[in-house]
Amino acid sequence: MDILTHMAFGAQIILQPINLLFCFLGVLMGTLVGVLPGLGPTAAIALLLPNTFHVSPVTAIIMLAGIYYGAMYGGSTTSILVNIPGEAASVITCLDGYQMALKGRAGPALGIAAFGSFIAGTVSIIGLMLVAPPLARFALAFGPPEYFSLMLLGIVILIYLASGSILKALMIFVFGLLISTIGMDSISGTQRLTFGILELCDGVGLIPAIMGLFGVAEVIANVEQAIRTDVITTKVKNLLPNLQDWKDSFWPIIRGSVLGFFIGILPGPAPVISSFSSYAIEKKLSKHPEKFGTGVIEGVAGPESANNSATGGAFIPLFTLGIPVNSVIAILLGAFMIHGIQPGPMIITKYPDLFWGTIMSMYLGNIMLLVLNLPLIGLWVQVLKVPYPILFPLILLFCLVGVYSLNYSLVEIALMIGFGVFGYLAKKFQFEMAPLVLAIVIGPMMENNLRLSLVISQGNPMIFITHPISAACIFTTLALLISPLVPWIGKRRQKLQEKVEGEEV
Amino acid sequence: MKRWKWMFVTLVIFSMLTVSTSAQDFPKGLITYMNPFNPGGEVDIAARAMQPYLEKNLGVSFVINYLPGAGGALCWSKLAAAKPDGYTIGGFSIPHIILQPMFMKDVAFKTDDFVILAIVEYTPIGLAVKKDFKASTVKEFIDYAKANPGKVSCGGVGKFTGHHFATLQFMKMTGVKLNYATFTGTAPMQTALMGGHIDAVFSNSTMMVSSREEIKVLAVGSPERMPQLPDVPTFKELDLEFYPRIARGVMVPKAVPREIQVRLEKAFLDTTSKPEFKVKMEQAGFVPQVMGIADSHKYLEAETKLLNKLIQDYNLLQPTK
Repeated sequence: MDILTHMAFGAQIILQPINLLFCFLGVLMGTLVGVLPGLGPTAAIALLLPNTFHVSPVTAIIMLAGIYYGAMYGGSTTSILVNIPGEAASVITCLDGYQMALKGRAGPALGIAAFGSFIAGTVSIIGLMLVAPPLARFALAFGPPEYFSLMLLGIVILIYLASGSILKALMIFVFGLLISTIGMDSISGTQRLTFGILELCDGVGLIPAIMGLFGVAEVIANVEQAIRTDVITTKVKNLLPNLQDWKDSFWPIIRGSVLGFFIGILPGPAPVISSFSSYAIEKKLSKHPEKFGTGVIEGVAGPESANNSATGGAFIPLFTLGIPVNSVIAILLGAFMIHGIQPGPMIITKYPDLFWGTIMSMYLGNIMLLVLNLPLIGLWVQVLKVPYPILFPLILLFCLVGVYSLNYSLVEIALMIGFGVFGYLAKKFQFEMAPLVLAIVIGPMMENNLRLSLVISQGNPMIFITHPISAACIFTTLALLISPLVPWIGKRRQKLQEKVEGEEV
Repeated sequence: MKRWKWMFVTLVIFSMLTVSTSAQDFPKGLITYMNPFNPGGEVDIAARAMQPYLEKNLGVSFVINYLPGAGGALCWSKLAAAKPDGYTIGGFSIPHIILQPMFMKDVAFKTDDFVILAIVEYTPIGLAVKKDFKASTVKEFIDYAKANPGKVSCGGVGKFTGHHFATLQFMKMTGVKLNYATFTGTAPMQTALMGGHIDAVFSNSTMMVSSREEIKVLAVGSPERMPQLPDVPTFKELDLEFYPRIARGVMVPKAVPREIQVRLEKAFLDTTSKPEFKVKMEQAGFVPQVMGIADSHKYLEAETKLLNKLIQDYNLLQPTK
């Protein structure tokens, strides 16, 4: 079996001590930011990226991916014990998780969240392993026009699902596109909007932007509100769910895993959407929907599985097409490029160590997470008690040091602070940051592919319609943009929005 | 207590940094190698391969510092302003350091702000077409392009770069008209060619070597056939006096004392003349070079002349459409 050889190859890579260490560090950091409210995986990955420059790309990606799926585990702990989502994807877990904790069943809730996440993680890794390589072969059919149309579709889906008004999401996206035009024009080589600042020649750096938007802005916003931290102090016991718990959760976990994986492939805040969808499905399928919200275990098992599975799915567009579907993946894409790897269909054949190594690390990382999250739960409860006056200045410090260590540039520090203030203000006016980040990443790619397409077609825009894959994407995009004008669909979208409200990724 | 400890550490670090700059006992502290491109690029591969030999030769550590941005201009602007004590050196590519001061407005360096210590390797630029392209030789390619003027799309990385100028020169010499498509890096260009979205590319020999199975390499710009591509003819064999290539090496600010330049030059020449180093570079698709200060500047001059002629012929300093 071909796939078994590949898996063995991946196992060889992850079993190297340095990779084991970085995988462990990644999931540890992931759990930590997952547990801490106000700090998400996006900021954490951006923060730690500069620290990975001296290791090989495989090692770096293993660690950064670990943070991503690790955060999904950690988030549930805070939701269940404090009734505050540790990160956005665990919002829904608060409903039944906290109720279970109040009834003294915090143990099984934490237990099923961890086991569900583990099973879902495994399912999505298998999916990734089976789906990505054949898809990558198909990806050679993607030329400049196809890439452009697909990215256009991706961004419109993201905007469509954005919480708040489509108009605001569009505004912030276009603003992001404008930022992305700063720097050297990749086709003609002329400078645009750089105002003579040499540091801007290559455009606005992704890392300063993200650290500003998710690190600095988050800290400023959190300073405003006192976060209540009355952790359920009763000793957490009986982490292992009993037989009845397992019977109740088995199908929710399986359904959540499959659902999460497929939602993960789509652009958008997949972990958040998938956990909400899973909760909705479980409630609909349940024999006792009225009990949801009073502490039923299905309400924890389904969503927690779904958000974990979605992280695996989100890697597929990254590994096969080099297209980021959410802000975390966007930073990972940046990480690839910083390490000299151009993501795209070649990645699986050209860097098999990277692809298979990362996949196998996810297996191992999931096992590590199980160990970290069950026996060591007490430790994480302690972490929740770290006072914010200590935590926030530390985060700010790490942001400053992290950005400066990138290029030793004060311009980038200024940029980060600027983005921080902007992000804070935008938050006040209920603008979402995901379209902005994606626009900064995707903008140059979109522009480049648009112009390349037109060079190839010698200026004829029909190239986007005559290529079938491109045409399909364009028409779907148009349909999505028109659909909110149709009243019936508009209402449905509003409902979906309400569900996604308040998410971060 | 803790505060004192930190002050001590800081003091030690500073005393290590302020090493004497007198030429006799050079080098005394670590040498920073500024890399103008991303890790994993051609400059980086060469620098990493040289690092152990250089450290042994000079008896000090080399730190590789990545300062990518603006096609290298960011790093070179910083290098031009660096303290000229020989402890800061930088990688470069020709023709980039010739063309950028001509064409980019905000660049804070001139080509003759630097002294080139050594040219370490070059990559000939080759012409390749997609697998199912109708032409399989350069002659067929020219005939096809002449029959379809402006219809053949030809990719290259960047504008005012080695690839761009190779395409211009080729068009000039053969009288064909190609449709130049600018890519941001070799990898996306490679995929576009393999997927058949563009017809041809002018690209580095490193790419030709790594993907020779999936594309048709028509010719390379080396004076003789490359050992890594024994079946691929040179342009010269086809009666085209055409040697497009990108050369890379190490340079320092001009004001670095002469004795220090010579000491560093020796370290690089000792390294690049090592047979095992040559083998390493050849495997990766490079053509290793042993060129010191004098040879490198001759090369730079010749290349500058050639480029200037191209620029005049094509009227490139005028803003085009």
